[in-house]
Amino acid sequence: MDLLNILMSESFWAASLRIATPLIFGVLGALICERAGVLNLGIEGIFVVGAMCGWMAVWLGAGLWGGVLVAALAGAFFGLLHAILTVPLGLSQHVSGLGITLFATSVSYFTYRTALPNVSSPPRIEPFQPLDLPILSDLPFLGPVLFQQTALTWLAIAMVGLVWYVLNRTALGVAIQAVGDNPDSVDAQGLSVYGLRIGAIVAGSALMALGGAFLTMSAFDAFFFGMVNGRGWVCIALVIFASWRPGKALLGALLFGAFDALQVRLQTEMGALVPGQVFLMAPYILSIIALVIAARSADYPRALLQPWFKGQR
Amino acid sequence: MIRIEPRANRSRAMDLGIPVLSAVIALAFAAIPLLAAGANPITAYGEMVKGVFGSVFAVSEMLTRATPLIFTGLAAALAFRAKLWNIGAEGQLYLGAMAAVAVGAGWLDLPGLLLVPLIVILGASAGAAGMAVPTYLKSRFGADEVVTTLLLNFIILIFLQMMLEGPLKDPMGLGWPQSAPILDQGMLPPLMERMRVHSGLILALVLAGVAQFMLARSVWGFRLRAVGENAAAARHAGINVKRSLFGVAIISGGLAGLAGVSEVAGLKGYLTADLSPGFGYTGIVVAMLAGLSPVGVVIAALFIASVFVGADSMSRAMGVSSFLADLVVSMSLLCVLVGGFIARYRIIRSGTGRAAS
Repeated sequence: MDLLNILMSESFWAASLRIATPLIFGVLGALICERAGVLNLGIEGIFVVGAMCGWMAVWLGAGLWGGVLVAALAGAFFGLLHAILTVPLGLSQHVSGLGITLFATSVSYFTYRTALPNVSSPPRIEPFQPLDLPILSDLPFLGPVLFQQTALTWLAIAMVGLVWYVLNRTALGVAIQAVGDNPDSVDAQGLSVYGLRIGAIVAGSALMALGGAFLTMSAFDAFFFGMVNGRGWVCIALVIFASWRPGKALLGALLFGAFDALQVRLQTEMGALVPGQVFLMAPYILSIIALVIAARSADYPRALLQPWFKGQR
Repeated sequence: MIRIEPRANRSRAMDLGIPVLSAVIALAFAAIPLLAAGANPITAYGEMVKGVFGSVFAVSEMLTRATPLIFTGLAAALAFRAKLWNIGAEGQLYLGAMAAVAVGAGWLDLPGLLLVPLIVILGASAGAAGMAVPTYLKSRFGADEVVTTLLLNFIILIFLQMMLEGPLKDPMGLGWPQSAPILDQGMLPPLMERMRVHSGLILALVLAGVAQFMLARSVWGFRLRAVGENAAAARHAGINVKRSLFGVAIISGGLAGLAGVSEVAGLKGYLTADLSPGFGYTGIVVAMLAGLSPVGVVIAALFIASVFVGADSMSRAMGVSSFLADLVVSMSLLCVLVGGFIARYRIIRSGTGRAAS
C-alpha cells in the first residue's frame, strides 16, 4: 500500500523532522511567553525578522552562527517591544502582538527591498549543511533520518530539553511559572513580576526568531516575501495542543511536520483524484481540531492575558 | 518607583486628539526609514500629499482604497467591543467575494435591481457564516477564537485557490486562476464618470452610521457593550451572553464579507486570489485607531487609505520601497496603543514604591 510505503521511507521521516524544526523553536518560544502569562501574537512577524536578519547577516559575511546570533538578537528586540507594551503598560496582548507582527514584517520587507532595490531573484547564501557523523550516519533508518539534519535541528531538539529543565528544575523556572499563574504571590515574595515577565518574553521571542532563521539558513538559502506563511500562527495553536509542556510541544511539532510531509507525498500520489488544495488545508484543519480537543482539558496559565500592575490588586 | 493609576476623568479632547497625535508621531517616526532609504522626508511627504489630494483622480483613488477598510474596520471594531477577537476578516472577505462571483458571474441572468441586492446579501451571509463557525467553537468548546479565525484565513485562502481552479474558474480565462466576470448589471455602479470610486463607499458610510446609532442608542448596543466590559456581570444582569456574541459575530463576519463584495463587484469585476492586499488585517489597525467607534472607523480608514495611496505615489516618485506604507500603518497602531494608555492612566512617581501597596 502506498501509505505504508511512505510511512516506511526514510525520506518521509527526515522531511517531517525538517518541517518540524522551525515549529519547535516557535512553540517553545510562545510557550515560555505564555507560561509567564503573556500571549505573544508577534510570533508571525518575529519569524519574518529572524528569517530576514539571519539571512542578511550571513550574506553580509557574519558567518552562519553569526547569523543565528543576529536573528536571536533581532527577535529579542521585538520581544522587548512587545514586553514593554504588555507588561508595565498592560496593553491588550492581542492587539500589541498583532501590531508587532505587522511592524516586524513591514520593517523586514522594507529593509530587504531597500538593501536590494532591483533584484528579481534574491541572492543566495551557503546554508547549514547536514551533520555527517561517521558511524552514526551509517545506522540503518535512524542514521539518514537523524543525521541528515543540520545543526539547527539539533539545536531545536536540545532547546526542548533545556526549556524543560529550566522550567521544571530551576528556581527561575518555578518563578516564571508562578508569574503566569499568580503574579501576586510572586510579588509578595519580593520577586519582580515585571522583570520575570519581560525576561521571559525577550527570551521566548529570541527562540521564535531562530525558527525564522532556520527557514533562510537551513531549509532554504535565500529570503522570500511571504515565506513564513502562517507558521507562527500554527505555533500558537500548538502551544495549546501541548498544554504548555515542552515535551508535548516537541510531539505536536513532529506530528504537524509528519502530517505536512505526508500531505506533499499523498498529493503526488493521489493528485489526480483529489484537488491538491485539500491536502494543503489539512494541517490547518488539524490544528483547529487539536485546539478544540485540547481546549476542554486545558490547564492554561491562570494569569494569561491578565495585566498586572504593581500596587493594585 | 513609578506607579500607574487610572485617570479619574478622561477628557473628550484627549479621546479625539490622541489618535490624531499618534498618527502624526507615526509619520514622524517613518522619517527614519525614509532617511535610511536615502530620501528627503519633507520632499517625500510632499509627494505623498500630492498623491492623495493632488487631483480628482487621486482623491477618487483614496476613497476607493478606503471603502474596503471601512467595512473591515467596522467588522473588527464591533467584534472587539464585545471582546470577540475576530482576526479572520481577511478570510471572511474572500468568502463574501466568492459568494458574489458565484451568483453574479452569469449563472443567474437577473435584472440589476434583483441581482445587486442578491449579491450583497449572499456575500454578507457568506462572511457571517465564516465568523459563526469559530464563534461556535468558542462558545461550545472554549477554543480560542484568535487562533481559530487566524487559521481559518489560511484554510479559506486555499479553498479559494481550489475554487478558482475548479468550479469558479473562468472558462474564457486562458488558464489563469480567476473567476468569470460579474455581469454588468450586477456591478455596484460607479460614483463618478471615468473614476474608480464606486457606490460600495455609500453602503459602507451608511452602515457606519447605522452601527454608530445602534451601538450608542439601541438595546442591542447596550448588551454588546455590557458583554464586552464584563461578561460575568452581563450574565448576572440577565443578558444572554452567548446570543449576544453570536449576534455580533454574524454582523462582524457579514461586514467583512461585504468588503469582499465591494471589492469584487464594485472595483475588480472578477475574483483572483490577490483581491485583498491584507484589508482584513489592516481593518484591525483601522478599528484601533478609531478607538472602536464606527464613525472613527470612517476617519481612520480615510487616513490609512491616504497613507497607502500616498506612499504608492511617493515610492514611484522617490524610488523608495512601497513597503513604507505598511511600516507607517503598523507604527500608527503601536503609537495609538501607547497613546490610548496615556489617555487612560496617569504615571505617578513616588519615592516609596513598596509602601504604596
